[in-house]
Amino acid sequence: MAMLEARDIHVRFGDRVVLEDISLAVEPGEFHGIMGPNGAGKTTFFNVLTGRVRPSRGTVRIGGEDVTGLSPHAIAARGVARSFQIMTLFDEFTARENVEVALPEFRARGFDGRRAAVGDPAFAAAARAVLAEVGLAEKAETVAKDLPYGDRRALEIAVALAQRPRVLCLDEPTSGLGLDGVTRLAALVAGLKGRLSIVAVEHDMEFLFGLADRISVIHWGQVVAHGLPAELRANPWVRRSNLGRLQ
Amino acid sequence: MRTPPHAARLVTPAMLMVGLVLATVPLWIAKVGLYPYLGVEILIWSLYALAFNLLLGTAGLPSFGHGAYFGIGAYAFGLFQFNVAANLWLCLGAACLAAAAAGGLVSLFISHRRGIYYAFMTIAFSQIFWVLAVKTHSVTGGEDGLLKIARLPADFGVAAIDLTSNTALYYFVLVVFMLGVVGLWRLTHSPFGRVLSAIRQSETRAAHLGYPVRRYKMAVFTLSAALSGLAGGLFAMAQNSAFPDVMSLHYSGIVVMMVLVGGGLVSFWGPVVGVVVYLIARDVIGAVTNAWMLWFGLLFVAIVLFKPEGIAGAVQSGRAALAPKLRRRSPPLAAAERG
Repeated sequence: MAMLEARDIHVRFGDRVVLEDISLAVEPGEFHGIMGPNGAGKTTFFNVLTGRVRPSRGTVRIGGEDVTGLSPHAIAARGVARSFQIMTLFDEFTARENVEVALPEFRARGFDGRRAAVGDPAFAAAARAVLAEVGLAEKAETVAKDLPYGDRRALEIAVALAQRPRVLCLDEPTSGLGLDGVTRLAALVAGLKGRLSIVAVEHDMEFLFGLADRISVIHWGQVVAHGLPAELRANPWVRRSNLGRLQ
Repeated sequence: MRTPPHAARLVTPAMLMVGLVLATVPLWIAKVGLYPYLGVEILIWSLYALAFNLLLGTAGLPSFGHGAYFGIGAYAFGLFQFNVAANLWLCLGAACLAAAAAGGLVSLFISHRRGIYYAFMTIAFSQIFWVLAVKTHSVTGGEDGLLKIARLPADFGVAAIDLTSNTALYYFVLVVFMLGVVGLWRLTHSPFGRVLSAIRQSETRAAHLGYPVRRYKMAVFTLSAALSGLAGGLFAMAQNSAFPDVMSLHYSGIVVMMVLVGGGLVSFWGPVVGVVVYLIARDVIGAVTNAWMLWFGLLFVAIVLFKPEGIAGAVQSGRAALAPKLRRRSPPLAAAERG
């Protein structure tokens, strides 16, 4: 059974059709890349998957359960984490505090006002483990606002991982990163492959073709091509478009 | 608001200091030309301002009609005393509950809103409560207010303490205030407080982390209203009456101003600083000129223009600027600490 299954997703804003019958299935442990030109509807599709946008028709299933139309917090609680194209870290929190608040055990105690959150060793240890995984162990006590750009991107991933998601949605994870940053991110994502399902919208073709198990191309709100990276390299649409400029 | 030192403690050194200083107030307040009742007023408004800042400073929710809940607490204290039971604890409980019920009801209608829309909704609802207080003459006494509210004794079963003198009332209110401080400090630094702070920084992100944002906003609004109602109940007891004016937009604005001037956005103690400065300025400048509000208004404008983080923010940046100098000046101490 697919971990994430979107079937015939249709989204209309007013009289503008943004997504037209998009179907896509992501297996457990699969890295699924989504590419397509600007304005193709990739981010809207992400917003449907994570509950920000309610589709006009179609269904989204997570682990077989129909989650169509649920609110973002309900979908997140079912194991879907997302990173944002425009970073939205909690800027006043330290890196550790950012990660702590994303932990499911922290969320379970979210309405607890009687015990202190600070200095709770269980939270801190779990948060440090996640930070170490993305290479931010040394910067746990740095306020997010003061982190350099590459570290903020890494923290963004750490926050998503802290939720221990079944499905991780990455919206343009490499945007704004230099070559070093992309290499670091690629290594990080390669380490995650197989452990959880990842859906990534990405413009960096090398990044995507190097890591993805399968790729879907979205254009004009439709899936115009999908398959293995090798198949897509040969796809006439991909070759014709600027997207396919690969070595 | 960044995590301060001692966030994990139930009682902090700062709390002990503040408590000790406040405990000595009745001994010297008359000698510096002020009067004991001012101390009672400062404590009550401080509790109210802290409750208000739980919303504004911690959760980032602009409630510009919070006087409604303070006023409802005051009326509930009086009405319960007249019609149900003249027991201090029950009357204070009624003040809390009435304000919580009103706050909870309002929160149902406003918690899906953000920013300016949220602020306007809070104003609209507070106006409804204010009009009700003015118009239901048979219940609230209308413009004349609810008079002859008694300062009930604090009955501990074995002994009852009379609170009719301003000094006795001061110490009673001080105990309530300190309990409120301990509770709010803990709450602010609990998981609940952290989530509220996360919601202030990004509602969208908090929702995608799995937090039901609307329910958190409802919970914190209700809680803040309840504590404001408690302060209102104490206020009714202190002034032996309850009037609709504390529910007006004008009075709701004052608590916002106190919190911003004091620096509630960057510091837990900011609201208390703001209340002390406001009430003392009212009495000291007010003794010289009727236009004291003009001068306080100018101070407010200056703070918004030059130091939006308020007095507490100015103190924090002053400290930050001094810290490196102090460290340089005392190398032997630093060396001793290392060795």
